[in-house]
Order: sequence, then C-alpha cells, then structure tokens
Amino acid sequence: MRAVFFLLAGLLLGGAAPTILITDLSQGQIDINTTFKGADLLVFGAIQYPQGAVPEAPPDIAIVVRGPVQPVTVRRKERVAGIWINTDSVRFESVPGFYAVATTRPIDELADDRVTAIYEIGVANLQLSPATGASDAETEAFEQGLIAAKRSAGLFVESPEAVTVTRNVLYRARIAIPAAVPVGDYVAEIHLIRKGRVVASSTTPIVIGKSGFERWVYVAAQKHSLAYGMAAVAAALLAGWIASLVTRRA
Amino acid sequence: MDIYLPIAEMSVNALVIILLGGGVGFLSGMFGVGGGFLTTPLLIFYGIPPAVAVASSATQITGASVSGALAYWRRGQVDVKMGGVLVAGGVMGAGVGQIIFRALQKLGQIDVAINVIYVVFLGVIGGLMLKEALTTLIALKRDGDRAPARLRRHVPWIAALPGKMRFYKSGLYISPLAPLLLGALVGVLTVIMGVGGGFIMVPAMIYLLGMSASAVVGTSLFQIIFVTGAVTLLHATSSKSVDIVLALLLLAGGVAGAQFGVRAAQKLRPEKLRLALALIVLAVAVRLLIGLTLQPAALFTLYGPQ
Repeated sequence: MRAVFFLLAGLLLGGAAPTILITDLSQGQIDINTTFKGADLLVFGAIQYPQGAVPEAPPDIAIVVRGPVQPVTVRRKERVAGIWINTDSVRFESVPGFYAVATTRPIDELADDRVTAIYEIGVANLQLSPATGASDAETEAFEQGLIAAKRSAGLFVESPEAVTVTRNVLYRARIAIPAAVPVGDYVAEIHLIRKGRVVASSTTPIVIGKSGFERWVYVAAQKHSLAYGMAAVAAALLAGWIASLVTRRA
Repeated sequence: MDIYLPIAEMSVNALVIILLGGGVGFLSGMFGVGGGFLTTPLLIFYGIPPAVAVASSATQITGASVSGALAYWRRGQVDVKMGGVLVAGGVMGAGVGQIIFRALQKLGQIDVAINVIYVVFLGVIGGLMLKEALTTLIALKRDGDRAPARLRRHVPWIAALPGKMRFYKSGLYISPLAPLLLGALVGVLTVIMGVGGGFIMVPAMIYLLGMSASAVVGTSLFQIIFVTGAVTLLHATSSKSVDIVLALLLLAGGVAGAQFGVRAAQKLRPEKLRLALALIVLAVAVRLLIGLTLQPAALFTLYGPQ
C-alpha cells in the first residue's frame, strides 16, 4: 500500500529528479520461533521516473538480499590412508551468511562483468576476500567449493527471471528464507539497470532474529552458559526422576 | 511436527527425534546399556552438527540414567565409595577430553575424529561381544543349559598398585588408582563421543577390577549421572553446544522406549540378546566406516568462526 501511495505521489509530483526506486518489504523483521520453518520475504516497490515518463522498454531489476558477513574457513577433504579427512584450508574473511539475488533476466544479460562485480550481483561476483598464500587456481577451487556448499544449504540462491515487473513501473519478487538462515542484520538492495548500467538503487534493512523461547534459550546459552548448563542438567535429572516415578507405579 | 532447535539452529521433525530417542531407549531397556553410542551417530546421520549431537547426547544420558540408578540405589546395589572414585577420575578425564575436543575443533578435524574413534571403539567392543556371545551360545548347545563357570580374573599390575583401600559393596581391596584411571578414560570418551561409557565401564569393572557383579551396574549408572552432568557443564560453558530442546525430545522418547525394551527383554534369552547387541554395535561401526572411506559428495566443508 505504501509503495502504491509513494508511486502515486511520485507520479503526481513529477519533478526533474533522477529515477528513484521505492521499496517495501512484507516484513522488516523476521522472527525465528519454535515453529520456524523458513520464511517467504516479499520485496516489492515502484520505479519513479523523472516527469513520470514511463519508458516503452521493460526495465531490468536486480533484487539482492544479503545477510551478515562473517569469516568462513573452507576445508578440503582428501583421502589419507583410505579415509577422507580434512587437509588444506582457505579462510575467507567476508562471506555473507545468506545471499539471494532475483533478477528479471539471467545476470549475464543484464550488464557486463564489471558492473555486476561492482554491485556484487550474482553469486560469482561476491567479494569473499580469501586470505591465503595459495595460488589463484587453488583459491578459485576453494571458492567454488564454498559456493557449492552454500548453494546446497540454500544459503546462496540465484533466481533469474524471478522479478515480475508490472506496466514497467511496479516490481516484486519473493525471496525464500530457509530455516537454517543465520541471525543478524540483513539488507535488501534493489538495482534498476538500463542499457547495462545501474541507474538507481535502494537499500532497505531487515532484521532476522530469534524470538520468544528460542531467543531466551539462545541468550541463556551464550551469556549465562554455566547457569544454562546447570539448568540443562537439572531438567534432565527432573525428567528422569519423573519417568522413574511413573514406571514404579506402572 | 517441525520444531526449531535454538542451539543447533535448524528445524527438525520433532517426531523423528522422539522416535529416534524411543528406538535407542528400547535397545537400552532391552540390553541394559545407555545407548549414547547409538544416539550420537544417529543424530549426525540426521544432520545435527556433530558438536551439538555429542553435547546434547551427554545431557540426555544424564536423564536416562536416573531411573535405573534410583532402582539400584533402593536395592542397595550402588557402591558410593567406588562410584565417588570413578566420578573423580571421570571429571579429570572430562577436563582432558575437553582440551582434546577444542584442539580438534581448531584443527577442523573434530568430525573425522569423532567418526574414527567411534569406528575403532564400536568395532573392537562389538567384535569382542560377538566372540563372547558366540562362544557362550556354542558352549550352551554342547553342555545343555548350564552356562560355563567364569573365573574371576586377577590382574597383576592392578593388584600391585600402591595405597590399597577397602570397597565393601564391591568386595574389593584395591588401590583407588585403578578405578581413578578407568574413570578418567571413560570421562575422555564421554566428552568426545557423547557416550555414558557403560559399555566400557561394566566389562572393565568385572574383568579388570574384579568387582562383585551385584554392585557393577548400579555403580556404573551412578558414575554416569555425575560424569555426563559434568560433561554437560563443560560443553555448555566451553563450546556452548548443548541443545536443551534436543536433549529433552530425546529423553521423552527414550524414557518410553526403555519400558518396552525391558518387557521385550524378558521374553528373550540373555545369550541371544548379547548376540543381537553385538550385531547392532558392529552394524553402526560398519556404517560409519563406509561413510569415512567412500568419496564424500562434497569435498569442501565450511567452518564458521571459532
């Protein structure tokens, strides 16, 4: 609703300003509670053209949702004495815990490599900052391994043609947030691309956090770990004792 | 019924976890073992991070051992003095095990290490149990229903240890160093494998220490409660990987399963039970060994900040 309002306001006011992207989200805060099985985030909004001059050609939109950056160590398994054990490792300093990109067309058709690299559009364009003395080919192999692992966990997602544009003005896309998503501060970045150049961008923050019981347990385990441990032992003892009362009666 | 585990940070099917606990509980009740050696690998097969599986399994064992320990306590079959020595050793061993656990985590070898240790221990113990069960079964076939008389073994180096003490309920006059060392070894395993260690403790008490059979199981359960409790505290404060929701789900299933297991066991002959247990233990070992030797689907694994 808000987007439509802004859109109408924008159309009415017109103005000589550059093209502006207006964005809203179905939820600015995603709560992880006991029944959390993942979430469906709807990213939607409108393109506000200068003087309300809606072009004939459909615009290209790239919607990126990314999670907090953290260091990740990638280890490679090799066969040693018949069993597969971890051997070499490469540390990547800035790996987003979650990265999803939805676009109107396949990424290589949107813009050239330089532009997609600058805006980090596409999993291959993420700047993961490998910290290693290994050769480029080695680092590349580890980077591919990292991306494959993140993809199979549903934490790196590319969805070409997942952005719907209506009347060349309204855009929307659904981003699936999996249950295994890390908590933290997220951001939704929307880029409007025309003739291979980014002409407008917007960013909107999202917070993903544990709530209620999950949060309470997590905070207790992190901040008051000794008390949490004692509570866990007490709960286990109590459960065992109740069971023994029940079985004695039976 | 999906439920989000706050520490494992993943959504699991609660029914699957309860059934898993129930299945292991059934075997526990049937064979009189804790079942931790099955819980941890099964949780890892299900996709729970190994560190969380090990830590939460220890918590679950604390609860699962209570009813058994109380039953033996009422019958006066717990040697508290012996149990105290074993617990003291166990807590020391747990401390050492924790250092090893952290070091392996830093090296990124904890997953492989847990699997290898499991294969070795389950393989050796399953093999020994299988041999013992088969020998007994063959002997029974030959001599009718009379089980072969077992001689109490006297281990010379244990008898030679200094500072002997009397343990009345165990019927022993030995140095506390022997049970202290035994407790320490089991403590290390509790931390790294998430097991109570009864499957090592009980035979060691009988064959190495020569304890009187009536006090063995009760005392073993007594020490398991304290050592797994201490291990829960260690994991909770150090690796922060105890998932209380996971542990309680496992307990709920385990407690119910154990009752059915006890009833089922009364209909079967003990030699056949031991044979079945040996085969289960070996099957888990073989499954883990295959997992280690086959080329994994993904050669690269990710490790977060530690």
